[in-house]
Amino acid sequence: MANDINPQLAQEKQRVLRREEGGQTSSWRAFTGMLKRDLLLVFRRRSDIVNPLLFFTIAVTLFPLGISPESDFLAQIAAGVLWVAALLATLLSLDSLFQQDMADGSLEQLVISPHPLAVMVLSKVLVHWLVTGLPLTLLAPLLGVMMFLPDDGFGILFLSLLLGTPTLSLVGAIGAALTVGLRRTGVLMTLLILPLYIPVLIFGTGSVIAAVNGMAVAGHLAIMGAMFMTALVLAPLAAGAALRISLNG
Amino acid sequence: MWKTFVAWFHRMGSPKWFYEITGRWIPWFAAAAVLLITIGTIWGLAFAPADYQQGNSFRIIYIHVPAAILAQSIFFAMAIAGGIGLIWKMKVADMVAKSCAPVGATMTFIALFTGAVWGKPTWGAWWVWDARLTSMLILLFLYFGVIALQSAFDSKQSAARASAILSLVGVVNIPIIKYSVEWWNTLHQPATFKLTEKPAMPAEMWMPLLVMVIGFYCFFAVILMMRTRNEILEREKRTQWVQGLLSNKG
Repeated sequence: MANDINPQLAQEKQRVLRREEGGQTSSWRAFTGMLKRDLLLVFRRRSDIVNPLLFFTIAVTLFPLGISPESDFLAQIAAGVLWVAALLATLLSLDSLFQQDMADGSLEQLVISPHPLAVMVLSKVLVHWLVTGLPLTLLAPLLGVMMFLPDDGFGILFLSLLLGTPTLSLVGAIGAALTVGLRRTGVLMTLLILPLYIPVLIFGTGSVIAAVNGMAVAGHLAIMGAMFMTALVLAPLAAGAALRISLNG
Repeated sequence: MWKTFVAWFHRMGSPKWFYEITGRWIPWFAAAAVLLITIGTIWGLAFAPADYQQGNSFRIIYIHVPAAILAQSIFFAMAIAGGIGLIWKMKVADMVAKSCAPVGATMTFIALFTGAVWGKPTWGAWWVWDARLTSMLILLFLYFGVIALQSAFDSKQSAARASAILSLVGVVNIPIIKYSVEWWNTLHQPATFKLTEKPAMPAEMWMPLLVMVIGFYCFFAVILMMRTRNEILEREKRTQWVQGLLSNKG
């Protein structure tokens, strides 16, 4: 039996189970529990997953329709258009990050729970990215074909979006947290977040354009990675502080 | 020494003390501001030598550069005041941060406007997507965001805290934005004309500039103190000392 082989491990397991029966959960269990709950809730509202993708597609379609369908012209603007559309799609989907939980009161429970608020916010942002950013990243190369993106750009487009969309979700969470308690936010949240998105946009499109032109992309991707790491560490803290303020006010 | 600073810091945190102390400072800063700006303007507009390339049109630098420097400094000041308000829960710090925002936005607009006016005769264009202009424009958007957030909350305390967080996030982002916009610009467009903060200028040109910059800082100090005092009077209007002030003034 496993207990005979390693009595220490068995003792540790007993300790954890006794803690949990006494009502104390570890923060890791809280993180994964929150993750499962939010994923379940999102999959019950399929439109929250599909709508940003539809918006992304339609927004990209507007550019050839509005400006010019010439392949040479579209090839030049493809990287920028795809990134801007992905950015706007992420922006529009941020409402669903905290609103539902605010409406039914579970956000308050989250804030007063003994687990670190930053960890809980991180789990929510992870769900948001899995459901919004990741599908956008997977769809982007297909739309790149429609926009005549040169062949060299596809891999880097995918990679830059893979690094960039989590950053967008993280920074967007700050804006969502600041405005979740307001009655008529309108475009206020977008106004707050868009200046903060600009560096991600610049380096994201910059990396694709560099790849298309045959230049080095390592620097761009390194900076996007750095921005992602900074956001990963700092944004949940800022969003947590903002949530506390929104709930008090 | 440290203890006196700490005592002074907390004293400034009391609205009544802040009102009284700044009331004594304002005349000095105002006099300095008027003096320095007048001297700087006359020196720069009339006495500084004309640029060999641009002639006299470069003289708008004496308004443009101080406004740009102030625009960035005020954002830092706003973030620091907001941070103090968040950490020490000082109402006065919140009021200072709130008063900074419109002044900073105006300075940014002045910098952009004078820059456009300068650009038309020298570059032939009102606007170019130069790195510095674009970072200034984004700074303006950040200011507008802070102002919009403040007016969106019902409770003044929540408004102050939320905009403090936004200013702190913005302050972390400002170096990133500047760096990324410079990167963007050097990749896509060679810098045909570099507007550097300390231009390679002879002393006769940058000395009036320095005078103007210090004059603008004094002006900002005056405006900030006056706006914060207004804010204090409005928020503390039910206290005895404010009522006393109002009844004394008649």
